[in-house]
Amino acid sequence: MTAGHAERAARFAADEPRAHWHDQALWFVRLKRDRMAQAVPGWEELRERAARIKAHTRSHLADYLEQFERNATAHGAVVHWARDAEEHNAIVHRILSGRGVTRLVKSKSMLTEECHLNPYLEARGIEVVDTDLGERIVQLAGEPPSHIVLPAIHKKKEEIGELFHDKLGTPAGLADPKQLTEAARGHLRQKFLAAQAGLTGVNFAVAETGAVVVCTNEGNADMGTSLPPIHVACMGVEKVIPRARDLGVFLRLLARSATGQPVTTYTSHFQGPIRGGELHVVIVDNGRSRLLADETLRGSLACIRCGACMNTCPVFRRSGGYSYDWIVPGPIGIVLATARDPVRHASLPMASTLCGSCDAVCPVRIPLHDLILARRRSAARAGAGGLAKRLTMKVAGLVLGSRTLYVLAGKLARGVGRRAPRGLLYGRWNAWGRQRELPPLPAESFRERWRKERAREVRRG
Amino acid sequence: MPRVALFIPCYVDQLYPAVGLATARLLERLGCEVVFPEEQTCCGQPMANAGFDADAAPLARRFVEVFAPYEHVVCPSGSCTSMVRNHYDGLVPAGPGLERVKRSTYELCEFLVDVLGVTRLEGRYPHKVGLHQSCHGLRELGLGTPSERVLPPSSKVAGLLAGLEGLELVSLTRPDECCGFGGTFAVAEEAVSCLMGRDRIADHVQAGAEIITGTDVSCLMHLEGLARRRREPVTFRHVAEILAEATA
Amino acid sequence: MRSSTSREDILSALRAAEPPAVPLPELPEPGPLPADPVAAFELSVRAVGGEPVRVPDAAALPGLVRALAERLGARRVASAVDLPGVGDVDLQALPDPHALEGIDLAILPGLFGVAENGAVWVDTRPLAHRGVFVVAQHLALVVRASEIVSDLHAAYERIDLAGPGLRLFVSGPSKTADIEQALVIGAHGARSCTVFVVG
Repeated sequence: MTAGHAERAARFAADEPRAHWHDQALWFVRLKRDRMAQAVPGWEELRERAARIKAHTRSHLADYLEQFERNATAHGAVVHWARDAEEHNAIVHRILSGRGVTRLVKSKSMLTEECHLNPYLEARGIEVVDTDLGERIVQLAGEPPSHIVLPAIHKKKEEIGELFHDKLGTPAGLADPKQLTEAARGHLRQKFLAAQAGLTGVNFAVAETGAVVVCTNEGNADMGTSLPPIHVACMGVEKVIPRARDLGVFLRLLARSATGQPVTTYTSHFQGPIRGGELHVVIVDNGRSRLLADETLRGSLACIRCGACMNTCPVFRRSGGYSYDWIVPGPIGIVLATARDPVRHASLPMASTLCGSCDAVCPVRIPLHDLILARRRSAARAGAGGLAKRLTMKVAGLVLGSRTLYVLAGKLARGVGRRAPRGLLYGRWNAWGRQRELPPLPAESFRERWRKERAREVRRG
Repeated sequence: MPRVALFIPCYVDQLYPAVGLATARLLERLGCEVVFPEEQTCCGQPMANAGFDADAAPLARRFVEVFAPYEHVVCPSGSCTSMVRNHYDGLVPAGPGLERVKRSTYELCEFLVDVLGVTRLEGRYPHKVGLHQSCHGLRELGLGTPSERVLPPSSKVAGLLAGLEGLELVSLTRPDECCGFGGTFAVAEEAVSCLMGRDRIADHVQAGAEIITGTDVSCLMHLEGLARRRREPVTFRHVAEILAEATA
Repeated sequence: MRSSTSREDILSALRAAEPPAVPLPELPEPGPLPADPVAAFELSVRAVGGEPVRVPDAAALPGLVRALAERLGARRVASAVDLPGVGDVDLQALPDPHALEGIDLAILPGLFGVAENGAVWVDTRPLAHRGVFVVAQHLALVVRASEIVSDLHAAYERIDLAGPGLRLFVSGPSKTADIEQALVIGAHGARSCTVFVVG
């Protein structure tokens, strides 16, 4: 059996100064989010509206996608449909290779990460350059993103300096974020100028107008779609929203929740291609219709990928994005990954204390900790945790379900615990006791003392 | 005189009898008639929290049978109260018994504030106290406003504590971050659980807390276990113990 | 053709999976316009790293733009706003968007500004090359003081997305915080964003 989240998390947390550094960096983002949210009158109501717009859209998803397709096509876009990752990759490759494209610039798209588009295209002779700075950093390092909004949040500036020295020829020892960013700007501008096509993700697709809306701070989506003539926009089916005016709700929530900004620098509404060029929109299912059919989990389709649940999650902050072993980590990642492959991700439902902070920050009010609990239930039904855990739960249930057994077991355990030598009590078997003292083991339980006290009082009375 | 049935969670019964006794004393001092239904065992949370609903369901059904006859059920744990109120649907057949128990079961502090209408307790507790706001009490029961939400700030627990003469509530840099206990999480994800716990303790210690308190013994047991091992200069009391001691 | 089959497959899978209809909620009412909309807008522009400049009347604008170009050391200036004596690059005359590279300063009209977030609504359709706002090293936007709305709800009440083209909000200069959360201005796009508020 491969290691699960607990083992990967333990490795991350073992480097304590680094785990604390990671925790602080993300907590800082959480605080910026708090300040922004507090400044918006009616914030909670806004979240509620967003959740309801998403719920409405889910209940008419096919109609809205058709409407979007009609309107996007009327503006000159070509709409493609992909059932799964393989088909998505093949479509993108066909578009590019059919036009002789060998150099592609990409802005952030979690969907293409999910589909493993980059290796697919690279294996077919197309150079793919991720242009979001964080994504470019992890691409140069040969790593996946560790966070959906802050892909290189796990890297220190010195490490990035070394990487840039190695790959981009910056001076050795350069670790100033400003200078490193400037170096990346120069490097990537050449890539933009040389690119023959640009690929973007989609934050929102507006059914009513056929707009593809892309939000960035760096301007890389705009750069990548305004120099080369071909724009490929990849979106999951859940990205469609009914009306342009609904954007008012989502855009007020998105950047505030994501990075604590009032709005991203660029919020671009693409309708049709650049003059003389082409816009291809690839609409992807890849398991989403299955998620929609699941009464419990369909709410997770509302996710607008702000990453707030990651920033606030006390487990994520101390275990790092890679510990989730899935392209979308954190609380929403637990739900999405286990929905996709419950066996491979069997350890993820336990990667949460169910503290509920994720629910409270989620701008579209996904009841994340309830969904994580639901994933635990289905994992338990499927036999996750093995026989030992099942048996433990069964026995615990039986003992706790009988007053006689419960009282007896309690007395016995306390009695043994009080007498056992420390070496035995704190043996290897005791995961609790590795860093923690065991709780006191009183001679008498509450119910014993209660009964005695009441008896005394009755005698006295 | 309100008649109150004590719901003493299994781990409080077995490991922290003083917390149960303090709860009873406090309620009696406030004019309640307190009974302890001895048929009670466990609400089923340990199994339900791990996803084992089939093993939790008999316990939940039993709980409803035991406590349905009482008008008020009071528990010195936010987490176990939330289990009953928020997680019994689906475990227990729908019906008047379940609805009654969901309505009648209160966490201690919310019972004092919402049912007894206590706004301030007469008492003295001259200590610097750090309040650990346990997640299920805070975010599932709404004992206070979590820092994530844009709602008027409030805390029933802090309100009761702050009313005591001499008690100073220290101010934390992270007022309601999870301590890392999380039921089975505490052992299943031992490394992260303990790191979270140590971070919480450090926050309380830097804020000058002599005593860390909270509504849930489970969180406090985890934090105290870490603090004792590391000989941190801080002690632990359940909020019932502080309120009972201060009003003695 | 496989893709048409995929389309039908996906749509029918979604229809089969759709939950019972949920009504579309009403949108929130736009927030009230601040007592001094321009001041509120300028504050927001500054907060997102932009540089607001109050211009008493249209006649004063060319001088201020020239001063900005001088301050930035901008040699190649392209203006889509009619400003006498400003701009030596004729966007219409550029053969290809790649020729945008090397423009130091672009001046573009904004249709309106948003007080809550400092964003300016820009319509690229009249421009010969839509990417000028992001390829130019520095950006200046011109908004009329009377055209400030309170928030994005108000903004979308007046936005008309009829017809093809790229329209966007620009809120401050290009920025990134991808290296240790340190905010750096000038990631890929404009290194500065000056917003002239006229009138």
